[in-house]
Amino acid sequence: MQQRRIRVLLAKPGLDGHDRGAKVVAHALRDAGMEVIYTGLHQTVQSIVNQTIQEDADVLGLSIMSGAHVPIVRKLMTALQASDSEQRLILVGGVIPQEDIPVLKELGVHGVFPGGTPFPEFVQFIKEHVSMIRA
Amino acid sequence: MGVATYLKDEKDAIKKVILESDLEIKPVYTPDDLAQSGFSYEQDLADPGEYPFTRGLHPLGYRSRNWTTRQYTGFGSPEQTNERFKLMIDHGQTGLNVAFDLPTQMGFDSDDPMAEGEVGRVGMAVDSLQDFETAFEGIRLDTIGSGLTINAVASIMLAMYQALAEKKGYAKTKISATPQNDILKEMIGRGAWIYPVQPAVRLIGDTIEYAMQELPRCNPVSVCGYHIRESGCTPAQEIAYGLLIAFAYVDNVVARGYAADDFVGRFSFNFNIYGNLWETVAKFRAARKLWARLLTERYRVTNKKALLLRGLFGGGGSGMTKQQPENNIVRGAYYALAAALSGAQTTALCSYDEAYTIPTERSALLSLRTFQILMDEIGLRDTVDPLAGSYFIETLTKEMEAKILEEMDKVEQVGGMIEAVSSGYVQSEVARQAYEYEKKIQDKSVTKVGVNKYTEGADMEVELHRYDEAAAEAKIRQLKALKKEREQSAVKKTLQALEKAAAQKQNVMPPLVECCRHYATVGEMADVFRQIFGEHQEPSIF
Repeated sequence: MQQRRIRVLLAKPGLDGHDRGAKVVAHALRDAGMEVIYTGLHQTVQSIVNQTIQEDADVLGLSIMSGAHVPIVRKLMTALQASDSEQRLILVGGVIPQEDIPVLKELGVHGVFPGGTPFPEFVQFIKEHVSMIRA
Repeated sequence: MGVATYLKDEKDAIKKVILESDLEIKPVYTPDDLAQSGFSYEQDLADPGEYPFTRGLHPLGYRSRNWTTRQYTGFGSPEQTNERFKLMIDHGQTGLNVAFDLPTQMGFDSDDPMAEGEVGRVGMAVDSLQDFETAFEGIRLDTIGSGLTINAVASIMLAMYQALAEKKGYAKTKISATPQNDILKEMIGRGAWIYPVQPAVRLIGDTIEYAMQELPRCNPVSVCGYHIRESGCTPAQEIAYGLLIAFAYVDNVVARGYAADDFVGRFSFNFNIYGNLWETVAKFRAARKLWARLLTERYRVTNKKALLLRGLFGGGGSGMTKQQPENNIVRGAYYALAAALSGAQTTALCSYDEAYTIPTERSALLSLRTFQILMDEIGLRDTVDPLAGSYFIETLTKEMEAKILEEMDKVEQVGGMIEAVSSGYVQSEVARQAYEYEKKIQDKSVTKVGVNKYTEGADMEVELHRYDEAAAEAKIRQLKALKKEREQSAVKKTLQALEKAAAQKQNVMPPLVECCRHYATVGEMADVFRQIFGEHQEPSIF
């Protein structure tokens, strides 16, 4: 049986409308053979969680440029746990200071990829880690 | 990020130069190139200040009038914004360019759950007229013009500015405000949209119509190719999309029975200045010419003043890098030079630290000094359009003009700008190009200094402006106090009048001014529109 393609939900939480990065990443993941669902802008954390479940996403990628990544991720992880659906690969991209990366990982984020990360880096990361999480 | 593609041989000699707009630059230009392009001085250039304005809008260019500088300013509270405004004016800035926080841009009050964590973060939080009173305290509204960088609720902010002026004792005929007010570009590139395409464009039509009748010194719309370029389109597309967006607004107002002649003179534009120097210069010269020509052909505009493509040519955000940020000081100076050689009338420059933080006072001043050095020290004011007549520049300007028309045609083939934004055609085109560009940066087929060549190892650390929770809480307290103090029944009455105007397709501006006078909040007014118009659904482009 052919293996199911990796499903990625790319989300833009909050009011920030800068989605150039998210759309570039969407293209790169699709070119790498993954299925990409993009939420569009202005999503609440709850709506992102709902879509993750509905779409049965293996990977949840958040693009955050506003500086609010820590409170957003904290809220997201609580909501994912509340709906018993945290078994996903959680990734964060955008404008993320180095010092916040350990904080995000502590909260349960698996990988953080600030703007400018070469495509192969996160594509490889997803391929290597997704099976462990979704096993 | 804006660089051309250079094909080189093994000895590093350049074999081919291909600009972002897919135009090729030849190694040498001669009179033959000009002749082949069909160039004529009368038709393609004419004297500065004469149709088709390729050489600029004023007969004497910067000699008669130095450019206006408008650094983007505004953060946190109205009090802090006021301080920074005064500082920039003291240092010679001649216009303000107001930044609003995201909740304000999206029509949410500071105490709305959707505003959580965002109050005052990327600009000033405005809930009501009270905040404008604070932010503009001590600032003359008759001599200082204000750009209001807001779109979805621009109608509300323009109304609030008028209410502010009246309160401060200025006649509405004396004030000069330029709300950005370009919702189609928000849907393509910047993302601060609220209402669906049709009612959103109607609100813009309302502000244009109102300004035409009541606010003679206000420019109700500033069409921003700028943000579309920031999102990934080419310079030729930036102008093509910008002009088509402007025409969509013109059509809305013309459909109300007005002649384009009577209002297009109030349009202004905001275009970007990063990228290849020559391409930038050709872009602006072609843009002025096409705007004048197409207005004449499509809308039979005859009033010479209405044909001028006025605007802010500046910014350069996507050209700046967080790697080796000092390089951005140098880039900024070259971008400013490009703007000056292009005949920019009003300008602003992204500060060198803007790629990774909100600009400091020092870096904002440095941008201002960059302009001052160009104009006051090295001679950019000496003569008008100094590149005119260059075999190269004139040939490239002609080619750019043809390219822009080609890009416009593609959009018109899919039904015009409103249709192209509703269906996601433009968004998809822009996103695809952003991806192609990023691939070229990663495979190094285009060079970005400090990013993929001449790198220095460790990256500059981004420095986020820490969120001021205490200030946000104070703002919310202030809003709650205001809601208690104001005359509630008057607010209710004005909001009902607004609802009626919105539903019955009357111009919403008069009731908005009335709402602002009575301290209705931005959220309350925006919600009236939400109820009547609904909200925009992004077309899926993947």
